[in-house]
Amino acid sequence: MATYYSEEHEWITVEGDIATLGITQHAADQLGDVVFVEQKETGDEFGKGDEIGVIESVKAASEIYAPVDGEVVEVNEELADNPGALNDSPEGDAWIYKIKLADASQLEELMDLDGYKAFIG
Amino acid sequence: MTDAPKRTPLFDLHVELGGKMVDFAGWEMPVQYPMGIMGEHNQCREKAALFDVSHMGQVMLKGENVGEKLEAICPQVFSSLKEGKARYGFFTNDAGGIMDDLIVSNAGDHFFVVVNAALRHQDIPHMKASLEGVEVTEIFDRALIAVQGPSAEDVVGGLCPAARDLKFMETAIGDIDGVACRISRLGYTGEDGFEISIPKDKAIGIARAFLAHEDCEPAGLGARDSLRLEAGLCLYGNDIDQTTSPVEANLSWAIQKRRREEGGFPGSARIQKELAEGTMRKLVGIRPEGRAPARQGVEIQNLGGDTIGQITSGGFGPTVGGPVAMGYVSAGHDRPGEKVNLIIRGKAQPAEVVALPFVTQNYKR
Repeated sequence: MATYYSEEHEWITVEGDIATLGITQHAADQLGDVVFVEQKETGDEFGKGDEIGVIESVKAASEIYAPVDGEVVEVNEELADNPGALNDSPEGDAWIYKIKLADASQLEELMDLDGYKAFIG
Repeated sequence: MTDAPKRTPLFDLHVELGGKMVDFAGWEMPVQYPMGIMGEHNQCREKAALFDVSHMGQVMLKGENVGEKLEAICPQVFSSLKEGKARYGFFTNDAGGIMDDLIVSNAGDHFFVVVNAALRHQDIPHMKASLEGVEVTEIFDRALIAVQGPSAEDVVGGLCPAARDLKFMETAIGDIDGVACRISRLGYTGEDGFEISIPKDKAIGIARAFLAHEDCEPAGLGARDSLRLEAGLCLYGNDIDQTTSPVEANLSWAIQKRRREEGGFPGSARIQKELAEGTMRKLVGIRPEGRAPARQGVEIQNLGGDTIGQITSGGFGPTVGGPVAMGYVSAGHDRPGEKVNLIIRGKAQPAEVVALPFVTQNYKR
């Protein structure tokens, strides 16, 4: 099990060919109070860089961009009722999708935790 | 306008309190503090919040019959505005649009006017050109602090007992820590509260004294926006501008009877006609049924899919507990209960026209 980070402030934790995806605590802190999350549906396929959702905070709407190619296999439905969970536990309970990776080699292009920490300074 | 953003007399305090500073209308202002927009919003509704509004233009008008002269450029009655009273108004243009909205106070030996930050450069020359025989002086040496919320009377009255005697839209000079300040019982949050004009070198000290009250916390522009939106108050540049008439914007209440009948202000032909016959469009409250906020620019459609208007302000209303918005809809669609669709990211989201405000205004009458 390994966790990777994108420059768009997402984390992705991989177990086999299934990965869990969410936004980082840093991203959540920048967004402020989250009030709405728009998610894709199970079975939706996407390519790296595609918009795969929108997070609305009290301040503004921010898109979620796919860090890899894949397919949504599970949506965290809790976020519809409790979007504020993204502020409390963005790297835990408030994951956004479980996805099936299309090309695991794309993970190599992402950062590890140390790399991400350096990236956000 | 490529100048570096200006700083208010409270800048150092904002930074010390952890304010997240942003450029707003050419001013470096706190959008929020560590408490966050939602917390600051609730703080203001439940206790008291302190806002720096020093970026707004404070203007002194001196001369004979200032109130009467203001009536040539505003559709309000100011000639009979009594000393110690404040009144909401606006400058109109010849086409009946709104140039800016403002608060006018009769301060006894002068009139005190507060205008929007972004329009200082327009309003000051406009008043200088239009108010013959009136000395128009922009005040640069005073800060303006708003203390708003149900505990505001305690916070401000604790340092200045005379503030407790003011009612909504009344103003007086009060002594705070030995400093003469203009204290006005008004604001733009829908809550009871005060706006206090303070000599700039005393502003941080007095702000600290207010913040020392256990019920008072600092709040930024983010909370100010969600508070005024829930209170159904127009934001210049969003909900009202040079093209919107006061009648369209539901601001007819701010045009007093004599002016409606007599006219004699810029754009009075259009405004009087609209008062009599109605308008092509109307500013309304919009309550989305789902959780997705509808922000400025979102298209409003009727259930048949025709465009009937556009959202001018929108976001999440913490007190309402869901998204709230305001926008213009064409005549015939402006009644509360009207079902509409909002086109958010290409998808139609159901919503309803509702009466404003979204929350009860808690002014001290």
